[in-house]
Amino acid sequence: MDQMEEIRETFFLECEELLEAMEAGLLSMNSGEADAETVNAVFRAVHSIKGGAGAFGLESLVRFAHSFETTLDEVRAGRLTTDEAVMRTLLKSGDVLADLVRASQANAEIDDGAHADVLAELAGHIGAEADGGDSGDDAPDDFTPMTIDVGGDDEGDNDDDAADDTAAVDAQPDPDRDAFGEPFEDDGRNRFRVDFRPFPELYGRGNEAVLLLRALATLGEAQVRCNTDDLPPLGEVDPEGAYLSWTVIVTTDRPQEDVEATFEFVQGDCELTVARVSGGAIATATAPADDAAADADADTADSEKPDADKVDTTTAAEPPTAEAAEATPKAAAKPPAAPKPAAPKPAAKKPAKEASGGPKATVRVELDRVDRLINLVGELVINQAMLSECVLDASDAHDSNVVTGLEEFKQLTREIQESVMAIRAQPVKSLFQRMSRIVREASDATGKSVELKVDGESTEVDKTVIERLADPLTHMIRNAVDHGLETPDKRTASGKSERGTVFLTAAHRSGRVVIEVGDDGAGINRERVKQIAIDKGLIPADAELTNTEIDNLLFLPGFSTASEVSDLSGRGVGMDVVKRAIQALGGRISVTSTPGEGSTFSISLPLTLAVLDGMVVDVAGQTLVVPISAVIETLQPNEADLHKVSADGPTVKIRGTFVPIVDVGAQLGYRDPKDDFHDQVILLVETDDGVGTALAVDSIHDQRQVVIKGLESNYGQVRGIAAATILGDGRIALILDAEALVSNANGAVAPMEPAIELAS
Amino acid sequence: MSEEESLAATPLPKELVAFCVAEQEYCVDIMAVREIRGWTVATKLPHAPAYVRGVINLRGSVLPIIDLACRLGLPPREARARDVIIVTQIREQEVGLLVESVSDILTIVDETIQPTPDVASETAKSFVRGVLSVEDRMIRYVDLEKIMPPRPSEAA
Repeated sequence: MDQMEEIRETFFLECEELLEAMEAGLLSMNSGEADAETVNAVFRAVHSIKGGAGAFGLESLVRFAHSFETTLDEVRAGRLTTDEAVMRTLLKSGDVLADLVRASQANAEIDDGAHADVLAELAGHIGAEADGGDSGDDAPDDFTPMTIDVGGDDEGDNDDDAADDTAAVDAQPDPDRDAFGEPFEDDGRNRFRVDFRPFPELYGRGNEAVLLLRALATLGEAQVRCNTDDLPPLGEVDPEGAYLSWTVIVTTDRPQEDVEATFEFVQGDCELTVARVSGGAIATATAPADDAAADADADTADSEKPDADKVDTTTAAEPPTAEAAEATPKAAAKPPAAPKPAAPKPAAKKPAKEASGGPKATVRVELDRVDRLINLVGELVINQAMLSECVLDASDAHDSNVVTGLEEFKQLTREIQESVMAIRAQPVKSLFQRMSRIVREASDATGKSVELKVDGESTEVDKTVIERLADPLTHMIRNAVDHGLETPDKRTASGKSERGTVFLTAAHRSGRVVIEVGDDGAGINRERVKQIAIDKGLIPADAELTNTEIDNLLFLPGFSTASEVSDLSGRGVGMDVVKRAIQALGGRISVTSTPGEGSTFSISLPLTLAVLDGMVVDVAGQTLVVPISAVIETLQPNEADLHKVSADGPTVKIRGTFVPIVDVGAQLGYRDPKDDFHDQVILLVETDDGVGTALAVDSIHDQRQVVIKGLESNYGQVRGIAAATILGDGRIALILDAEALVSNANGAVAPMEPAIELAS
Repeated sequence: MSEEESLAATPLPKELVAFCVAEQEYCVDIMAVREIRGWTVATKLPHAPAYVRGVINLRGSVLPIIDLACRLGLPPREARARDVIIVTQIREQEVGLLVESVSDILTIVDETIQPTPDVASETAKSFVRGVLSVEDRMIRYVDLEKIMPPRPSEAA
C-alpha cells in the first residue's frame, strides 16, 4: 500500500500547484485581464483536481469540484459573463476547493453542509440552462465538441469533458443517440453503461465476446450496440485482430459488482468501463481490466499521434467520461490522474498552449537534503576562513600565489554559499496569493469593499521565512481591512472612492527583504491611540510623545484599538504578537501613517535564517555575537551620562532619556556585576517598551555574517543565548538573544549565580 | 542505549576504553566512543553547571565538554594542553568528556564486571555502574547516561 500512499502524496503535491495556478487565474480573471486561455487554465486545474480526487475516492472533493467545474465551463463557453457577483462566487469556490483539498489530505472529516451555500451560488449562476446535455452546440469556437450523453437526464456531467474528447468522438456518430436515443424513465432499477473493447489477447485465450455479452444479458435487460468504426478495409484486416467494441446499457436489479463480475475472467484482456446511469449522477468504475499503466499509455499515445491507431480513439474518448463522474475506489488503481485529463487535450486538435509564465523546469527535492547541503556549505565557509587565517599566519613571506589562491577559494565559497541559499529561496507569490483570500474574507466579514494591490510577487525569500510569515501577515492584512479602512459611507464622505485599497508589496532592499502592508484608509488616529494607551496604563497620562512614538504604541502588548472586539481581528492577538513573530525571524517592523491617507506597516527581514549579520563583541574575555537587527546604535558613554537609580540600577542618558544598562558579563555569569561602565561600549537594543535597553560590553571587534549553529541538539537551550556560531579561528562564539537577556535582567528571571566560576 | 543492550544481550567479549581522571582509572564502552581528540579551549556556557566546561567546535557541530573529574566530585583543576577529550554518543547527544589521558583498551566479558562496592559516596554509586579488577588496578566502569547534565531546558 506504500506505493499507493506515494501516489496519493504526489497527487496532493500536484494539487498544491494546481490550486496555485487556479488562484492565479481567478485573480487575473477578477482584475479583468483574463483571456480565454486563462479561463481554460483555471478550468483545467479544477478538472485535474477532480479527476485525481475521483481516483482516490475523495467524494466530497469530487462533488464540489464538479459543480465548480460546471460553472467554469459556462464561463468558458461564454454563456456566463464574469461580473462581480460571479467572480466573487468563483473566488469563494476556489477557497472552498483549497480547503477541501487540504481537509482531504489530512483525512479530515468533511462537512458537506459547510460549503452548501457556495454550491448553491454556483448553481444559481448557471441556472437551468446548464442542465441537459446539449451544451456541445454552443461551446467555444476552438472546439467542435459533441456530447456523449449517457442518460438523457444526467446533469450535464459530460459537457465538461465533451470538449476534451471532441476529436476522438468526432469520427464516429454519436453512439448513444444512435442506439439508445430515448431517455429512460427512472423505475428505481440500476442501470449501467458498459463499454467493452476486447483486445486480440482476449480471443487468443479462447474467450468469446458474444458469450460475455450473453452473460451480461442474463442480469437483466441489455441494449447492446456494436461499434464497427474501427474495422479496417477488408484487405487490411488482421484475421487475429480485434476490431469490434460494444456499448451495453444494462438494466438490472443487481449491484454494479455483479456487472463487473461478468468480465472477471477477461480482466487485462480488454478495456472495460462500467458506469452507473441514474437520475442525475453517474457512478463509474474503470475496472482495472487493463492495467493502469497501459491505460495511461493508451491515452498518451493517443494524444501524441491522434490517428496512429484507430482502435484507440474510442478509448481516448471514454476514460475522461469515467472520470467526470464519481469514481469508486476501484478506480484508484489508475495512475495519479492529474496528468491524465490533460492528456487528451492535444488530441482535441488544439495545441496545448501553456499559460503565459508557465512553470519553469523544476526538480522536487526533499528539504532535508537541501538543509544538509546548506549545513555542509556552512562548514566549508568556516573551514575556508580558518584555512586562510592559518596560512597567512604561518607564512611570513606572503607568497603571492598562495594569497591569490586563497582569495579565489574565498570567492568560490561565497558563490557556492549564495547559490545554495538560493535553493531554499522561494518567491513570495504563494504567500501573497493566500493573502488575497484573507482580504476577500475580511471584506465579506466587515462589509467593506476592498481591493488588494500586490507588487513584487517574484521577490524571493527563504522558505522558512515564508512559512513563518503567513500568520503575522494574515493578521496585518485583517487589521488593514478591519481597522485601517473606513466604512464605505465614511469613505464617500471624505471624498474617496467607496472601494478601499490594501497594498501588499515585497522588494529586496540592501540585502534584506522588505514587505509592506498598507491601506488608503484614515490613518492612525493618534489622539485615540494615545488615549487608549493612557487608559490602559501603558503610558503615563502626561507623557509627551512624538508621532512616531505614538504609532509605535500599537506594538505594545495588550493594546487593541478596536473599541468593540470584532469577529475578525481583535481575537486577543495584537500587533505585539506580530512584532514578536517578526523579531523571531530576525526582522523588524515599523509603521508610518498619514492622517486621511492611510498607514503602512513595513517589515524588514533577513534573506535567510541560516546566516545572520552579527556584531562580534568581547565580554569578560568571551567572544559573543549580537544580531545586528537588534542593535539600534552603539556608543561610548561619557562619565557624566552614567547615573544610578539608587545604589544599583545603572542607567545611561541617551539624548535626554535614561536607559537602563544591562551588564552582559554579569548576566551571563562571566564576571561579577560591574560598578562603573565608563570603559564599556553601550549597544542600544530595541525592547518592547519602546525606550530600549543598553547592553554593556567590553569592546566591539567586528561585524560579519555568521552561520547559525543550534545548541539544542547536543546540549539544550541556554537562557539569554539564541544559538552559537563558529568564528574564523575555529572557536565557538555564542549568539546573544538580546530580548531574553533584557527580560532576564529586568527581574523576570533572577540572574543565575555565576556557576561557571566554580569550574575553573 | 547501545551500551545497555550490549551489556544485557551479548555474552561476547566487549571492549572498553580506559582512561585516567585525577589519578584514578575509569572506562567506558568503546561502542559509545566516537573519537578521541586533543584539548582545545572551550567557549564557556552561561548558566551551566560547574562540570560543563563549555562548548567546542567539532568539525562544525557544537560539542559540549564535561569535565569528568569535576562531575565525579574529584578535585577540580585547570585543563592542560595534554588533556584529552573523549567524544561519546549518549542517546541522541554527542558529548565530549575531558580526561587526563587514555590508558588502555580492555577486552572483557560481562561477568568480570563486579558490582560497585557498597561505599558511602553517593557520587560514586550513581556514576559508576561497576568495577573491574585488571592486574592490580581498579578500573571503574562509568555510566554515561548519568554523566550527562539534565537538559537545561527541562531543568529551567
